[in-house]
Amino acid sequence: MSIEVVLVACAVAFALALALGLALGWAASRLTPATGRLVEQIDALLPQTQCGQCLYPGCRPYAAAIANGEADINRCPPGGEATVRALAALLDREAQPLDPQYGASKGAVVAWIDEERCIGCARCLPACPVDAIVGAARYTHTVISAQCTGCELCLPPCPVDCIVLRPAPAASWRASLHRAA
Amino acid sequence: MTELLLLALGASLVNNFVLTNFLGLCPFVGVSRRFEAAAGMALATLFVLTIASGLSYTLWHWVLQPLGLEYLRTIVFILLIAGVVQFTELMVRATSPLLHQVLGIFLPLITTNCAVLGVALLNVDRQHGLLESLVFGASAGAGFGLALLLFAALRERLETADVPAAFRGAPIALVTAGLMALAFMGFAGLGAR
Repeated sequence: MSIEVVLVACAVAFALALALGLALGWAASRLTPATGRLVEQIDALLPQTQCGQCLYPGCRPYAAAIANGEADINRCPPGGEATVRALAALLDREAQPLDPQYGASKGAVVAWIDEERCIGCARCLPACPVDAIVGAARYTHTVISAQCTGCELCLPPCPVDCIVLRPAPAASWRASLHRAA
Repeated sequence: MTELLLLALGASLVNNFVLTNFLGLCPFVGVSRRFEAAAGMALATLFVLTIASGLSYTLWHWVLQPLGLEYLRTIVFILLIAGVVQFTELMVRATSPLLHQVLGIFLPLITTNCAVLGVALLNVDRQHGLLESLVFGASAGAGFGLALLLFAALRERLETADVPAAFRGAPIALVTAGLMALAFMGFAGLGAR
């Protein structure tokens, strides 16, 4: 096999790869809609507690609603004023106080289970959006503070009200979020 | 016209890619748990198969054959398919982010769906023209989608059926797929190639 044949084969494969790469790059820049990128940016600023206090099922749906102009930026109590300010800066809007209709900001908190009172009913386990509660039926449960987002979704299902919110320990996920904000 | 009709019938039913040639079994088992996901996968595969068979014919006829590079066809076709799949992923993400999440890893994995490469190579081997290649690709995709949707519907019913413990999950799914393949053998008498 002469060297030309090899060179032609290489050139064909290279040209094909180059053409595909250029076409894909062009398609990526055209097909990603501007609102899609905006949703990503808004979502990155939200605290990702997935608590639903804004009355959307999670942070990303709320981000989509903000991007579409369906919801205001002051509906996120876990994020607090810091999130409202960050969103206002991103969207070039006036920062406004948190809407009390959706709850008040409690700062960095995590859920804590009073193990003396926990009856091991396991009802709080499916409520937790981040799987931060360890336990099984008829065994005492406990919260992994480092994973807990403080979303309060485990409070209503508890039949003996043994879950309380406490200030987040310094090593927890929530505390690191508030430091970053 | 009759030729094309017979070709389409053959590729979609008689020689169904999944149930007769046993190509593309990975998404067939992997994405058939939920009907909606299966429908999305069927559409995406149909799209990829049609575009990829048209493009691979063009490449084969206008680039590889004139330059005497027939031996490069496998690697070049795989490259082409990967590009088309990436394009499809971009399209799905732009048009339906929810479907993109549901399909997850199986969308880029269309690249390794052997039915897609199989169609491109069969088009070359059987010396199909451009129109024949497109029809062959589209009807192979339709056949794949049909098998996938039927299988997904069956599996959704199996979820609630009283299956013996030893057969639950993958075993009963494979038994079902085998029975479906037997059923599809009934099309063999239709006489299309």
